[in-house]
Amino acid sequence: MSPVLRPISGQDQGAFMSLWSWNGLWPAIRLSLVTGLAATLIGLAMTTALFALFQGHRIFRVFLRLVAPFLAVPHATAALALTFILAPSGWIMRGVVTLFNALGIPISQTPPDFITINDPGGLALIFGLVIKEVPFLVLMCVAAWAQCDAPRRRLVASALGYGRITGFWLTIWPVLYPQLRLPIFAVLAYSMTTVDMAMILGPSLPPSLAVQISKWITLPEPLYQGMAAAAAVVQLTLVAATLLVWRFLELMGRAISRAQFQSGIRGLSLDGPIKFFGLVFGLVGFGVLIFGLLALGIWSIAGLWPYPDVLPQTYTPRVWAEAQSGVIKATQNTVILALLSTVPAVFLVLAVLQSEFLGKRTYRIQRIIYVPLLVPQITFLPGLYQLTLTAGISGQTLTVAFAHFIFVLPYVALTMGPAFRAWDIRYAMVASAMGASRKKIFWQVRLPMLLCPILISSAVGIATSVAQFLPSQLIGAGRIETLTTEAVALTSGGNRRLIGTYGLVQSLFPAIVFGLALWVPTLTYRNRRTLRAPK
Amino acid sequence: MKITDGLVLDHLTIFKGAKRLVALSAHVKKGEVLTLMAPSGAGKSTALAAIVGALDPFFRQHGKIFLDGQDITDLPIHERHVGILLQDDLLFPHMSVAANLAFAMPNSGQSKGERHRLIEQTLEEVDMPLHANADPATLSGGERARVALVRCLLAEPKALLLDEPFSALDQDLRATLRLKVFELTKARALPVIMVTHEHADALAAGGEVISLMGQALDISKT
Repeated sequence: MSPVLRPISGQDQGAFMSLWSWNGLWPAIRLSLVTGLAATLIGLAMTTALFALFQGHRIFRVFLRLVAPFLAVPHATAALALTFILAPSGWIMRGVVTLFNALGIPISQTPPDFITINDPGGLALIFGLVIKEVPFLVLMCVAAWAQCDAPRRRLVASALGYGRITGFWLTIWPVLYPQLRLPIFAVLAYSMTTVDMAMILGPSLPPSLAVQISKWITLPEPLYQGMAAAAAVVQLTLVAATLLVWRFLELMGRAISRAQFQSGIRGLSLDGPIKFFGLVFGLVGFGVLIFGLLALGIWSIAGLWPYPDVLPQTYTPRVWAEAQSGVIKATQNTVILALLSTVPAVFLVLAVLQSEFLGKRTYRIQRIIYVPLLVPQITFLPGLYQLTLTAGISGQTLTVAFAHFIFVLPYVALTMGPAFRAWDIRYAMVASAMGASRKKIFWQVRLPMLLCPILISSAVGIATSVAQFLPSQLIGAGRIETLTTEAVALTSGGNRRLIGTYGLVQSLFPAIVFGLALWVPTLTYRNRRTLRAPK
Repeated sequence: MKITDGLVLDHLTIFKGAKRLVALSAHVKKGEVLTLMAPSGAGKSTALAAIVGALDPFFRQHGKIFLDGQDITDLPIHERHVGILLQDDLLFPHMSVAANLAFAMPNSGQSKGERHRLIEQTLEEVDMPLHANADPATLSGGERARVALVRCLLAEPKALLLDEPFSALDQDLRATLRLKVFELTKARALPVIMVTHEHADALAAGGEVISLMGQALDISKT
């Protein structure tokens, strides 16, 4: 039924042979491995360094405030924003040339022809992935942090004279990591197989394996269909193998940490350099993203803007006027899909968590909802598409919403679960001792107390839906245009003004949703100090 | 002795694995206080959890619990009419003081105005007449403890359990609140079981003092 299974069923015996003889296969495999592992390792290192060094500082609050808006930026928008900065004709080069001109140093007045984005090594892609994954990992870390008694562990380690990094690594990491494993695996699987980000930032000849599969499946010839299926099998195997390798790295890390427990080395000298490099990388990374988003906005209203000017010579609302009907249609579709997928996901997750709390056995169901985090979209969406064709429901809004729901559900569960479980169950006990029924306790005590985390995870769900590219593109059979499919489609055309318009609107909707998620509790609980905003 | 007023523990025994944590037989009459004394971690809270109906299934429980003659051993918590006051006040942070109290009050067909009057009257009983609309987070520790106490009582329990309810407070507040609790429970003729590891609590309660295994303790000598 699924293209993934077709070559194995023997229909296209030549598919694997054709795939092996494709000379882009090894670069594509290498790219998938390198970008996946590098983006995950760097993202994880930055996240944990942030927590190890800054948790408890005033500056940490500022970082946390930035998490929501960065989380809201869809992957494709972030990638587009980076191209506006890093491309040879992007803001960095324009700035350099303008500066040189001002100083009277001779420099070429045309964009340089060296490669910055779409580099064959995948550096730009790794950069983009890290920027998008760090906010997600930070969010997951915040949830896990409170549960592992981290502040007191750190206090004890510091009092014994350990540096923050070493103290963190020896006393907090061993309990924190198991709670982060699933989100990390999700980041790793995603980074290895992303299609939209790789199309925008990754190399094109040959592209990453996932991008190549997405190209082959659109071609009607059976040969390419077979190769797509064979490559999907390779991609799936690759992800599974990499997760195993990661597991091996975990064990190695644990062995090193165990050996270090008794060494008594305080590692105080580590803190300074790591703080320095962490801050530099962090500022560069997020500076590029912020300026990139700004560049999207400026390009969308730019009139004449020749290279190497830093700002446009004229401004015009022309592109907005021209794109208006398309943007409105795509926004409508995006909003409808986001609501149709997120609202049921939130209710389902609440129901599952509550029945878990009431002691009903739901563990197996819960694990199934996390599967889409680990199985690459490109390997099972084509199969799902075939299924919708057979069932005669392809290209319908509800079908696409269901595909979104599959991916929204695990993210809602990941973000809601920790807060829901961390709720002090003694509230339930005293409430029932006062004669309140389970239903009353759930609706009048637990839900209102958890309003903040429920809204945040709803916002994460909506942002996840907005960012979906493949499910909208494939399951929608190209008939359902969302802001993301449009923005990605525009990249090949290279119309920066139009890209800027779609990119801006694309990140605006989830940003508004996150704003609401933070503002509603403040408003509802303006007289309730403890519940006003997330800590 | 089963058809009787007050709270009766009939060979209430709790096991953790093969280990017996609690073995109690007692009859707490209306208006009396039974004090359970044991060191920390001995299972005092476990005993109260069993009586209130919130025992973790991890433990095994034998024996019966009767309240005013009714066997409540297998009733769910919300049908037992056993109130509990813990060390932490556990006031619902999303509700005002008045809403916390209204949440606890059973609805026996009173008008909104009547319910509100009863709430204000109760707050006056604990010297907090002007706090109905306050955010619990803005109250002092002693005030929160008093609100938690009256919230418990407004649910009209037929018995009250106290799980070290004063231990989060400093000495002065502790003595005042203790007096208040026993004054109010005596006025309502409630059977009370209190667990504590403080002699002062036990002395103030004035009732029988026993261990988790049911042996009488003489606290005047220690």
